[in-house]
Amino acid sequence: MPPPPPLPLVDIEGLEKRFGAVTALDGITAAIHPGRMTGLVGPDGAGKTTLLRLVAGLLRADGGRLSVCGADPGTDPERVHEAVGYMPQSFGLYEDLSVAENLSLYADLRGVVGDARERAFDRLLRFTGLGPFRTRLAGRLSGGMKQKLGIACAMVVKPRLLLLDEPSVGVDPVSRRELWAMVQDLVADDIGVVWSTAYLDEAERCDAVLLLDRGRLLHAGPPDALTRRMDGRTFILRAPPDKRVAQARAAATAGVLDALIQGPHVRLVMAQGAAPPDGAHPTPPRFEDAFVSLLDDDAAPHAPLATPTAPVADPGEGDVVTAQGLTRRFGDFTAVDDVSFAVARGEIFGLLGPNGAGKSTTFKMMCGLLPPTAGTARVAGIDLGHAASAGRAKIGYMSQKFSLYGDLSVGQNLAFFASVYGLKGQARKQAIRGALEGYGLDTYAKANARTLPLGFKQRLSLACATLHRPPILFLDEPTSGVDPLTRREFWGRINALAADGVTVLVTTHFLDEAEYCDRLGIVFRGRLVADGVPDALKARFRTADTPEPTLEDAFIALIEAEGREDAEAAA
Amino acid sequence: MGSRILALVIKEFLAVWRDPKSRFVLIGPPLIQLLVFSYAANYDIIEAPLAVLDLDGGPAAHRLIDDFDHSGGFRVARHLDGEKDIAPAIDSRAVSLVLVVPADFSRRLNGGSSGVEAGKPAVVQVIADGRASNSAQVLIGYASTILTRFNGEWLAAHGGKPVPAAIITTNWFNPNLVSRWFIVPGLVAVLTLVVVMVVVALSVARERELGTFEQLLVTPLRPFEIMVGKTVPGVVIGLGEATLAAAIAHFGFGIPFLGSLPLFYGALVLYLLAVIAFGLMISSLAHTQQQAILGAFLFIVPAIILSGFATPIENMPDWVQWLTHVNPIRYFLIVVRGTFLKDLPLADAVHELWPMAIIAAVNLSLAAWLFRRRLY
Repeated sequence: MPPPPPLPLVDIEGLEKRFGAVTALDGITAAIHPGRMTGLVGPDGAGKTTLLRLVAGLLRADGGRLSVCGADPGTDPERVHEAVGYMPQSFGLYEDLSVAENLSLYADLRGVVGDARERAFDRLLRFTGLGPFRTRLAGRLSGGMKQKLGIACAMVVKPRLLLLDEPSVGVDPVSRRELWAMVQDLVADDIGVVWSTAYLDEAERCDAVLLLDRGRLLHAGPPDALTRRMDGRTFILRAPPDKRVAQARAAATAGVLDALIQGPHVRLVMAQGAAPPDGAHPTPPRFEDAFVSLLDDDAAPHAPLATPTAPVADPGEGDVVTAQGLTRRFGDFTAVDDVSFAVARGEIFGLLGPNGAGKSTTFKMMCGLLPPTAGTARVAGIDLGHAASAGRAKIGYMSQKFSLYGDLSVGQNLAFFASVYGLKGQARKQAIRGALEGYGLDTYAKANARTLPLGFKQRLSLACATLHRPPILFLDEPTSGVDPLTRREFWGRINALAADGVTVLVTTHFLDEAEYCDRLGIVFRGRLVADGVPDALKARFRTADTPEPTLEDAFIALIEAEGREDAEAAA
Repeated sequence: MGSRILALVIKEFLAVWRDPKSRFVLIGPPLIQLLVFSYAANYDIIEAPLAVLDLDGGPAAHRLIDDFDHSGGFRVARHLDGEKDIAPAIDSRAVSLVLVVPADFSRRLNGGSSGVEAGKPAVVQVIADGRASNSAQVLIGYASTILTRFNGEWLAAHGGKPVPAAIITTNWFNPNLVSRWFIVPGLVAVLTLVVVMVVVALSVARERELGTFEQLLVTPLRPFEIMVGKTVPGVVIGLGEATLAAAIAHFGFGIPFLGSLPLFYGALVLYLLAVIAFGLMISSLAHTQQQAILGAFLFIVPAIILSGFATPIENMPDWVQWLTHVNPIRYFLIVVRGTFLKDLPLADAVHELWPMAIIAAVNLSLAAWLFRRRLY
């Protein structure tokens, strides 16, 4: 890490920003330096985008002081715009224009003409590896290439400060690595880069992090300073006989801050000074452990984890869910290409892949929401595409975005889904009461679902999907955007359901989350490139160089083995 | 199955009612529109400004001018001094009609005692502003009514040769031809259409946009049940809206309601089903609420123009008349005007009821089918 230079690019002091009654940023004091990768880290709603927009001079602060490259964005936004490149979450690429046309457009907007323009284009196309794709329409680029083009457009004028808002969300691991390497080159060029992210493994690799939660700054400084605080507090229980039981027991033990299933093992984070349980081996701490422990100090007391239990209908032995050569084409685009897998009763099966890989499309076909172009999907022995309505009572489905009725209260949403799933009388009352209590929703019973915090929305979605105690549960990206504590709590419930014999299918683009699954299918460009137990998948790629391959290593090796169609690796 | 549909209906009402914006849409605009349209959409002309050029100056001329001034249709706004003043008065839109009483008016009226003029009728001239052709026609109609009455009274008082043939007009059902009687019952149909159409067209599209529709489709609900669950709230809202509008028409504007209430409501339910069916079709074809609203207005505007609400269907070209047969407003307008202004017998109303029933049945089935088709 370079020594701190004398003058920071951005100087933030007591910065505040409110939107109506909501405090988005609450007295932030921090500095951003040139020649460094600064990670802006936190869950959705933490205030990351607000901070970036303030620095870029797109919002006015309500209080505090902010200086960007020597100018105040509030009074002198023009000077700030000249020095800063900003790539928002959904960068304004024109999908119907080619790569070169998009670049020209942004050059025109920035007033870059003549020789300077040619030089800038050469530099950017070489640097992003997009040279061979000059004439391709932006809409036809892969997710990773779109992000690279976005960065290129934000850098038509070489900025002193580059702000990137969640550049890696939903991008496949290979492109993510390339993107990271590309941005590292900029850092070496003494540009200050702010990389906002919800992925904690990325945060770990930054030179400095600003850790935000609900508008407050929890930590500013090098990530390892935070991680080191956890030294001697992280342990692993190697392959306990029943990992779910072991995890639940550990989580209930005093002194255990966090118990997490990781492949066949259970990983523990202990409170300061607490002794680890017998048989636990020390393991190096991670940035996420530190974040969890910070959040834990900060958070309201835990909601009860008890998931209402009752016997579920037995769907029979053997494989409960099967997909056979499942294929779906939209025009000449194949979203899902010959996918086959089988899931046994009580198993948690994960589909892991970047955005647009075909995970949700696969789910929709399994749930009968979309007819397959070819192949069959059977759930509890039924093809839900043609099934009678009774067949659908066997599944619970939680879709990618919050899809309950925002103008109805929590209680009304529960009552509606209870009736729709045919619950009556006493059973209905019990199911609703059980959900309110078991998911810690009582205090929100009368609140409109729209107004709930994100974590509670997800709880309510899961509660509604499981009111009728379905033997099979489909969860489409259930935890995207929530903080690590909420994610843990959510997975606690999923584990409890699986322990009750519920078969769970889940999609995710979080590599670490995929480790919680019993079995995993890796999806890339519509194809299932591998499936198996996470540890076995990793073990396949053990080499002398990487004796302990991560899931990311495995994913990358798999994609490369598939033979990548585009020369994207040219970057 | 019953309890599932009931849950859907309750949810639908809660969703509409708990959102302050959609609650306002149900009540505010329709009421305002009913009041504004009822006052504004009026063919009747009251106290149109009249200019008088009285070259005669006799008592008979004064009498005639007085008759114009007190008819209610006109008000004497200007007395002109000569023919040269006529054009400026009309050009500047200061008056809508000019009445010219020639110098020989009284003489001719009194029989034209001498010479060549004997036996020739007295003549007055009216000049109307043809730029507003509709009003000009109405004003000339008024003028001739006033003159006819003047003639009758003159004959009665002074004797003389009666006019050889005359028309005595009686307007059934609307004796004074008050145009509000014609327009406001039509508004009951049109405003109900607009509100129900918007509510229903948005209902499926909103759920599709927010993702809740997928959530519904993975439950045991059948498309048919979803369709019923979406239709019933539309019918109830439409019944309330139409009742409110009809009550304002009757009690507020004093428009008579002579027909049978059961027939009115029976026809209303069929009409609502037909309208909702169109709304649900549009809603199932739309991907977003914006598309749904555009689609709804793409339906509403031509449907109103081709309904006979403002202009008679008989005046339309044949192929357009043919098109109006799939327009539910066309049928309901006949029933609603028939039950307000006369006691439309059921035997006649049936001809309007069965087409609406068929439109409803066909479109509702199509909509239910589309629910599943248009998910991707």
